[in-house]
Amino acid sequence: MEQIKIKIDGKEVAVDKGLTILEAAKKANINIPTLCYMKLDDFNIENKPGGCRICVVDVKGRKNLAPACATECGDGMEVQTSNVRVLNARKTVMELILSDHPFDCLVCAKNGKCDLQKMAQDLGIREIHYKGEQSIYRKDTSPSIIRDVDKCIMCRRCETMCNTVQTVGALSAVNRGFMAVVAPAFEQDLVKSTCTYCGQCVAVCPTGALTEVDDTNKVIRALANPEKVVVVQTAPAVRAALGEEFGLEPGTLVTGKLVAALRRLGFNYVFDTDFAADLTIMEEGSELLDRLTRYLGGDKSVRLPILTSCCPAWVNFFEEYYPDLLDVPSTAKSPQQMFGAIAKSYLAQKLNIDREKMVVVSIMPCLAKKYECQRDEFKVNGNPDVDYAISTRELAALIKQANINFTELPDEEFDLPLGESTGAGVIFGTTGGVIEAACRTAYELHTGKKLDKIDFTQLRGLENLRIAEVDFNGLTLKIGIAHGLGNARKLLDQVRDGSIQLHAIEVMACPGGCIGGGGQPYHHGNIEIIQKRAKAIYQEDVNKPIRKSHENPAIIELYEKFLGKPLSEKSHHLLHTHYFSKENEIIINEE
Amino acid sequence: MEKKAKQLRIALRNCGVIDPQKIEEYIANDGYNALVKCLTEYSPRDVIEQIKKSGLRGRGGGGFPTGLKWEITANSKSDEKYVVCNADEGDPGAFMDRSVLEGDPHSVIEAMAIAGYAIGASNGLVYIRAEYPLAIERLKIAIEQARAYGFLGKNILGSGFNFDITLRYGAGAFVCGEETALIHSMEGLRGEPTFKPPFPSVSGYKGKPTNVNNVETFANIPVIINKGAEWYASIGTERSKGTKVFALAGKINNVGLIEVPMGITLREVIFEIGGGIKGGKKFKAVQTGGPSGGCLTEKHLDTPIEYDTLIEAGSMMGSGGMIVMDEDDCMVSVAKFYLDFTVEESCGKCSPCRIGNKRLYEMLDKITKGEGTKEDLELLRNLSTVIKDTSLCGLGQTSPNPVLSTMDNFYEEYLEHVTEHKCRAGQCKSMVHYFINPDNCVGCTACARNCPVNAIKGERKQIHEINQDICIKCGACLEKCKFNAVFVK
Repeated sequence: MEQIKIKIDGKEVAVDKGLTILEAAKKANINIPTLCYMKLDDFNIENKPGGCRICVVDVKGRKNLAPACATECGDGMEVQTSNVRVLNARKTVMELILSDHPFDCLVCAKNGKCDLQKMAQDLGIREIHYKGEQSIYRKDTSPSIIRDVDKCIMCRRCETMCNTVQTVGALSAVNRGFMAVVAPAFEQDLVKSTCTYCGQCVAVCPTGALTEVDDTNKVIRALANPEKVVVVQTAPAVRAALGEEFGLEPGTLVTGKLVAALRRLGFNYVFDTDFAADLTIMEEGSELLDRLTRYLGGDKSVRLPILTSCCPAWVNFFEEYYPDLLDVPSTAKSPQQMFGAIAKSYLAQKLNIDREKMVVVSIMPCLAKKYECQRDEFKVNGNPDVDYAISTRELAALIKQANINFTELPDEEFDLPLGESTGAGVIFGTTGGVIEAACRTAYELHTGKKLDKIDFTQLRGLENLRIAEVDFNGLTLKIGIAHGLGNARKLLDQVRDGSIQLHAIEVMACPGGCIGGGGQPYHHGNIEIIQKRAKAIYQEDVNKPIRKSHENPAIIELYEKFLGKPLSEKSHHLLHTHYFSKENEIIINEE
Repeated sequence: MEKKAKQLRIALRNCGVIDPQKIEEYIANDGYNALVKCLTEYSPRDVIEQIKKSGLRGRGGGGFPTGLKWEITANSKSDEKYVVCNADEGDPGAFMDRSVLEGDPHSVIEAMAIAGYAIGASNGLVYIRAEYPLAIERLKIAIEQARAYGFLGKNILGSGFNFDITLRYGAGAFVCGEETALIHSMEGLRGEPTFKPPFPSVSGYKGKPTNVNNVETFANIPVIINKGAEWYASIGTERSKGTKVFALAGKINNVGLIEVPMGITLREVIFEIGGGIKGGKKFKAVQTGGPSGGCLTEKHLDTPIEYDTLIEAGSMMGSGGMIVMDEDDCMVSVAKFYLDFTVEESCGKCSPCRIGNKRLYEMLDKITKGEGTKEDLELLRNLSTVIKDTSLCGLGQTSPNPVLSTMDNFYEEYLEHVTEHKCRAGQCKSMVHYFINPDNCVGCTACARNCPVNAIKGERKQIHEINQDICIKCGACLEKCKFNAVFVK
């Protein structure tokens, strides 16, 4: 790489050609503030509209100030990042942004976690000299996401996630000038758009313009109701991230404390979605084997590859964009919904209570789960299998409100039987995990042999799109793995036009899988946090005495006493679903 | 007669002279000669050399050397390149490009083909405002005719050079005149600019090298090729060659399009070609460069019109709008008028332009309402400077120019507005009051009868009086009084 020399704040630095001033400054330990800019390197995600103009710097010989994020270094360039001209411009621009932003920080969902708030503090803004009209828009609430775009600062991060990364195309800039804002086409409600509720827009929004629907009060009310038996399940990715909300290092596993906290919150039973993940593997793995066997036996009606269906945003995505492929995904419900179905049948029966008396709450790293649990297919006589899904962030808020000193909690164990789980269930939380868990079980069921090595490392990693081969004792399975819906689209397009032959595909809508979900503690553009969570998930897997779903004693008992066997009639009734085309669902507001 | 002598028509040479819907008339006036000459006598490099030597600079406003732009695009290696004609003329009151397209569309088509030959492009695109239906119609006819005559299409004149032109319509956004925004709009994306580099000449339409020139720039090309670069370079000044078309408007006797050699003074344009100020009033200022330009005054009248001198004087060439103001114009209101336009036309991508211009407008509005303070003037200047310094594209980088130039040249007017709450031009309604001079009033009742709000009391042949609490300052009394009794203070 060709090296060039540039002088930043009097300091000479040699940098690779092609680097921006912002990147070069970082090498020289100079932190130029940025607001709209966001880069998640390993995921190949970059938002660089050059729009906020907070990162402007003074480049010698240039007539106006240059945005450091978007200006390439030139040989011999002299840059000043904090002279009076720059500071005045930066503060003035910040004042302008704040002058068109509501001042309700104290009651904002983003209070304390807002990038704009932090920037105002870092820049020492104590007064807004430029006051005037503020742009006001209609508030928009969907099952998962609230848009309060009065707070939008046009950083366009959500647009990058929604259009470029996820290729969902629900959000883009509309209107011009002072009224420009990011919104669905024709400023429709999100529910009428192509939104999949993946929540990646919320995950990257620097302000409170995009937040999750807050269901904590519903949970508090359920907990306070003596008539109800309140059951909670927690998804695998939650335990790898919740600690961040309490100041613990990213990647700290807090499974035991999480259980203890939930118990102190008053849940009657604290269970694990990992149990349901094991159950998913039994059903989905059996489905894979069934389809494979029939396919290899010459049955032309069998569709391959089989697609995982645990991720509700992914389900929404293929219902919207691939209505012609609705028979390709596995019919297995997601772990959240399998849990709800089993809790309100098997468990309710065990506890000898009506399903209406039971409230199932799930703690999810995900916002699409809020939508998923409201789908009509997952209700019995109007009563949902899962009543409320709250995010990792919402749980942290609940714990704080209940005056629980989280970090000092003892480690406690999940309740039985729906708290029993294996390492295979845990790795559902990261990209590649579902398919690895499925392989562990499918291999042993198919070959009748024990695995020598439980880890399928070829299925792991954070590359956007991976194709790997797994040897099933002479039968080579070709497996595709995608995280991020844009990557999934690439795979699906190839499946649709027949240019790729795969046996199975795992898709997770969020970059990194559930650990990077839209309901997780904010990563503020730091990808290392997501990488550390992935490590923690695999660590939890290794820590488990049982690491294969079909060896989970609670699962074995469930089949023996209740379901019969995988893909049985009862299983089909309780644990499988079907999909709908959403292609023509877009409706224009009548106003 | 003198009026004619001052003007020199190169870009507008055929406008009003030939029938724009007949290619034969264009051909009869040297039309397509230049294209033939290029294809038969010149190599692409030769063409670029000619344009460089002519000294032609972009007529869209920026003034970038056209030959150099062509050279950079020619040097960009790619399987495909594009020639784009920017016909998104959007300055208020400016219609130079429209006149060329309506009056002489073939000159643009010929020039685009020449540019295509020079840079190695076989595709031309005209980005034209949908609000120009006649220009679109004539351009379409001209393109058809050029195809029929073999000046467009495959293997033009047996040279092996292919070139054709398609139209793209703009939806009336001023910012789409900015070349990166224009390209995004043509690609079907939101019409907003992106930072440069990369410049379109390296990565433009569909990521391919793209040469974007304005209509008027193109209209000069065939003449340069026909008459030679030296001839063209002999017109104008050291750093600005050739002629420029201006749209004269405002308080001037002769309004309309003019084409003058570079280097002519503002005085010659306004007082000789323009015939001076309407109604014998006093000249106050002239706004050049459209909403992004600045107001120049009496002291600038002898400044030669060139790209660089206008910038030095605090304004710019722009695309050629020239609005003349007289003593009745309030300079704060003038600045407010232009800001109103830029607020409306900002795309909203970058914060200083999106919010800053709005705040500028609001402050100016406050001042014209008599509610401004001296502190506002400082804030106004600081904000203007920061918007210029930090905005993403040319729109925001120039939008505060009307504010800064009026503050520079008419600071005392701003001061009067904020300290004495007085508008000397009498345009800021909230600061003026209408009175009746008892010495002149004869009691004819004309004022009272015409007052729409019955604010004037008085008997016939008695002195009348205006009730300030009711008066809405419409000015009807002043207009109707034949005895010079109504006055403004």
